[in-house]
Amino acid sequence: MTKQHANWSPYDNNGGSCVAIAGADYCVIAADTRMSTGYNILTREYSKISKLSIVHSALQMHDKCVMASSGFQADVKALQKNLSARHLIYQHQHNKQMSCPAMAQLLSNTLYYKRFFPYYSFNVLGGLDNEGKGCVFTYDAVGSYERVGYSSQGSGSTLIMPFLDNQLKSPSPLLLPAQDAVTPLSESEAVDLVKTVFASATERDIYTGDKLEIVILNASGIRREYLELRKD
Amino acid sequence: MRLLTELLGTPTEADLGVKGTTYQSQLPELRLKEKKSRSSLLLSIQETSSIMGSVAESQRTLYPYVTGSSVVAIKYKDGILMAADMGGSYGSTLRYKSIERLKPIGKHSLLGASGEISDFQEILRYLDELILYDNMWDDGNSLGPKEVHNYLTRVMYNRRNKFNPLWNSLVLGGVKNGQKYLGMVNMIGINFEDNHVATGLGNHLARPILRDEWNENLTFEEGVKLLEKCMRVLLYRDRSAVNKIQISKITEEGATVYPPFSLKTYWEFSAFRNPAAGAAGSW
Repeated sequence: MTKQHANWSPYDNNGGSCVAIAGADYCVIAADTRMSTGYNILTREYSKISKLSIVHSALQMHDKCVMASSGFQADVKALQKNLSARHLIYQHQHNKQMSCPAMAQLLSNTLYYKRFFPYYSFNVLGGLDNEGKGCVFTYDAVGSYERVGYSSQGSGSTLIMPFLDNQLKSPSPLLLPAQDAVTPLSESEAVDLVKTVFASATERDIYTGDKLEIVILNASGIRREYLELRKD
Repeated sequence: MRLLTELLGTPTEADLGVKGTTYQSQLPELRLKEKKSRSSLLLSIQETSSIMGSVAESQRTLYPYVTGSSVVAIKYKDGILMAADMGGSYGSTLRYKSIERLKPIGKHSLLGASGEISDFQEILRYLDELILYDNMWDDGNSLGPKEVHNYLTRVMYNRRNKFNPLWNSLVLGGVKNGQKYLGMVNMIGINFEDNHVATGLGNHLARPILRDEWNENLTFEEGVKLLEKCMRVLLYRDRSAVNKIQISKITEEGATVYPPFSLKTYWEFSAFRNPAAGAAGSW
């Protein structure tokens, strides 16, 4: 039989966009719920946001850390399972939740561990740090990361990031003494901004759309919001 | 460096047969597999480690041999309905015409498969073992569709990590404790749940119909009608589809695979009768 097939690849790109914005006392993490392969939509209801902790429904645990991931879904799922398991062990050993900066380091190490067969996943990690201040960590697929005030990853990031830069004008990381990276927005302004950037990205990025899932973390706990996006 | 096996003496064939990956078939061209890896990643492993060499030189599926076409599945009022035709294609040759691609798994699940038939049969063996070993606990518990689906996602992803994929798209449906479940996995481990799913060309041709016409409260008759509509479109437009179709349902009461049947087709449209009418040619 003559060869008439494309060479097999262990990777795929399932698309999707993620955004996180940190404020003085809150953090907003958002991602769309479309999952695609090539020009196909596989499903319109796939959550890209992972809580990274086993939630016991009886005692409402206080979540400090949320990760939004796009890229190759199977790798993302493996990464989430790995982190959840590591977090469960941490809880048993230390009898507390992992802090967001600790989880940020763990995520970096976990990604770099597979440096030569990487997890094809593009993550933003958002949460509250030990002082209750909003924090956002942004990554590449092999684990280099940075704490920032806001970030975007995934297929729509090229459209979203410059828009956020324009609206939020974060202080240069070169300034001395180091300036606070959190955005000056109020929580509701940040949520509105997230809705706007996703509505805009959905117009031009075919891999972003269907529905927007927004997670808001603040001192009073965790909250979820949804917004319908264009389905074409 | 020398191979570990050389240092330890020649192993018997039985020794080699224990691990599928190290077994060198006496008929290397029997299945379409390749001895040497094409991936640069694996090549580097080959060069650096002679122990790993036995893995890199092992045989693996690079493309499928006998394949099944689309599977279409939906949730309906009482459970899950699934449909697939019975063709098995050898490239573009219709090699087999009576292959069952819908199989009940355990008490609560139903599995549909497209892609490599032999890999599907291997998966069925894995699942038989899984269900058997779960039964041996004799604790009254049984694996539900969610558990079986999760197991399949891990098997598929694990095999892709070994660069030795099981060449299938799998659909898993089921009902347990009143909860309906319908999910999919493909050969590289991508997996999700939805109210309706379709593999292969079904994702192009059937899912748009399902998105228009599906709703949560479909009766059994309405569901079967909807699946027949999807399978008819596939029969007309998927060249590897055959007109011998199985429909299967699973409810709280268990799984039923109905006997094969044929769809009514209509080929008397003028465009079918004279397909060259609109195309000006030299003959």
